[in-house]
Amino acid sequence: MDVLDIAIALIKIVVMFVVVLLTVAELVYTERKISAWIQNRVGPNRVGWLGLLQPYADVVKLLLKEDIVPAAANRFIHTLAPVISIGVAFSTLAVIPIAGPTITLFGRTVHMVIADVNVGILYVLALTSMGVYGLTLSGWASNNKYSLLGGLRSAAQMISYELSMGLSLIGVIMITGSLQLTDIVHHQHGWMWNLVLQPVGFITFLVASFAETNRAPFDLPEAEPELVGGYHTEYSSFKFALFFLAEYANMITSSAVITTLYLGGWQVPYLETFGLSDGWMVLVQILAFMLKVAFLLFFFQWVRWSVPRFRYDQLMNLGWKVMLPLAIANIVLTGALLLFL
Amino acid sequence: MIESYIPIFLILAVAVVFGVVSANMSWLLGPQRPNRAKNSTYESGMEPVRTAHDRFSVKYYMVAVLFILFDIEVVFMYPWAVQYRNLGLYGFVEMVVFIGILLVGFVYVIKKGALQWD
Repeated sequence: MDVLDIAIALIKIVVMFVVVLLTVAELVYTERKISAWIQNRVGPNRVGWLGLLQPYADVVKLLLKEDIVPAAANRFIHTLAPVISIGVAFSTLAVIPIAGPTITLFGRTVHMVIADVNVGILYVLALTSMGVYGLTLSGWASNNKYSLLGGLRSAAQMISYELSMGLSLIGVIMITGSLQLTDIVHHQHGWMWNLVLQPVGFITFLVASFAETNRAPFDLPEAEPELVGGYHTEYSSFKFALFFLAEYANMITSSAVITTLYLGGWQVPYLETFGLSDGWMVLVQILAFMLKVAFLLFFFQWVRWSVPRFRYDQLMNLGWKVMLPLAIANIVLTGALLLFL
Repeated sequence: MIESYIPIFLILAVAVVFGVVSANMSWLLGPQRPNRAKNSTYESGMEPVRTAHDRFSVKYYMVAVLFILFDIEVVFMYPWAVQYRNLGLYGFVEMVVFIGILLVGFVYVIKKGALQWD
């Protein structure tokens, strides 16, 4: 690996960062628009054409606000927590492949993935569990009772659902026989998506993703009526914006992971019968990948504005007494089917 | 082998730099007008009572301990799942036994009421 390879990797990383940041901005906009439509309101429509520039106005506003750190808070950890949240949210995307064929850039073959490591799934799981630290530390460092409760809840919730998340993945690994995400996508050729082969695993993974990203109906850590703002009660200015950014970036990451594992990633059925050149194939596949991710993002928001929040005991019961046995049953069923069919 | 991890270190570095810079951005750009009331801990407008760094429910610890127990078992399943097609019936029976033992512990935990939230 020489300087040119590192430069190409850096270019890919920067492009990914910019795309994710722009998507987050538009996600904030679509979230407000979708909520407005569902609640029969108009939604943001003043800043820019159809209100499209609203998120950018919000960013500028938050940047220029005073950064308040409570006197009782632990200053260093108070600043560290949002950095952990945002770092984890972005870094997970490194192993997601967005297209199959390679393209040639500066005389090098460039793969359409930032890092094609052979333990891709483990990397994703490791980083998502790191995300717990950001929320828990922010809750603890604020020295605020609401924040602490929010932080504790998020820790308990995320580790509970991480179990069923990890267990639902095992079905996919058994079918593919590899932990590498590129292998998993290649294995879902044509219509043989893991969604078809692993319907139960898909559902448990989807529900666990909602819980892991703290999205409604699992947004207990920031349940407004009881905990004010939860773990980010004591955050203001751009540190608050970072938590917001991290939540939406996590949604993008989860959607990308779900797409890769269950919806065939960049696979477009019958695409190879058109005899396109590699360049066009890459383009079509990236577009297909983005469409699948966009649909899942819409689904995330649709659910948020349609379903009420769980109570905490219901949440824990669902995680431990329904999801966990279901995921284990899925493993045994997958094993039996693979063996005897 | 290790080469495929270099982009991961790069992305972690970029993400941390982005986070540190933007977390301190408002401190640079925003106003700085602190006062005692503004810097006190928020408690629905009341004077804060005691600190938040206090004892909290043991149930959170229970969940954490149970998570570690079960997560270690899940880790054992990954290498097994990768090799599943090569192991055949032997691998299947082994895992059914393993999951059976796991479920006994799981039922015990539920019967003990360790996951009872009320």
